[in-house]
Amino acid sequence: MTYTAITVVAVLAAVALDRWAARTRLTTSGTWWASYGIIVVFQLLTNGWLTGRRIVRYDADTILGSDRVTFVGEGRLVYAPVEDLGFGFALVLTSCAVWVWLGRRSGEDGS
Amino acid sequence: MSVPHWSDIAMLAFCLVGTLPLVPAFRLRVLRQPTRLLLTVVAVGSPFLVWDLYATRSGHWRFDAAQTLPWRVAGLPLEEIAFFVVIPLVAVLTYEAVRVVRRPGAARRPPQRREVR
Repeated sequence: MTYTAITVVAVLAAVALDRWAARTRLTTSGTWWASYGIIVVFQLLTNGWLTGRRIVRYDADTILGSDRVTFVGEGRLVYAPVEDLGFGFALVLTSCAVWVWLGRRSGEDGS
Repeated sequence: MSVPHWSDIAMLAFCLVGTLPLVPAFRLRVLRQPTRLLLTVVAVGSPFLVWDLYATRSGHWRFDAAQTLPWRVAGLPLEEIAFFVVIPLVAVLTYEAVRVVRRPGAARRPPQRREVR
């Protein structure tokens, strides 16, 4: 599987976890989207550092773009492959969903 | 080790420097729930780490040895494993801080909950 394909699966899995498995339904809450909005700005910044400096390099065959590292374009946004946005979305949503789910289970957080 | 070796770690440090102050600023109770936090990190980090291992082995991406610290665990830089601890923590802290800000009445009364135990 390419990075592109795995990213699509991960995003769908994260949403399924949030909506139906854990029933945290964060993707229906303004609070979570506001949090994600803040995080994604910093993701672009930090990921731009990682990819712009070539700390991490990607194989052109597994991404939509090529191995040309451009600021915007060619399947890249702030140097990083657009797939990274899906990776980050899935990671952030899963983290918050599991956190909230555990909180509800233990009764530590009644929201 | 030269300065460039710290490039990846610097990014993780930046994430923590930016979010850990949210704990005192909004009186977040995230760090006071170590079990819940640990379970979150393990449950979320594990599948993503498996993905990372697969992607690294398949050559989807690779790490610059000159800009990461020399230690490797199963072929991954130590920073990459730390990434899956730092990012869930950062996500949870941001979410909890936004929750406090958006709580009804938060605009008028800054968070000053006194807990009775």
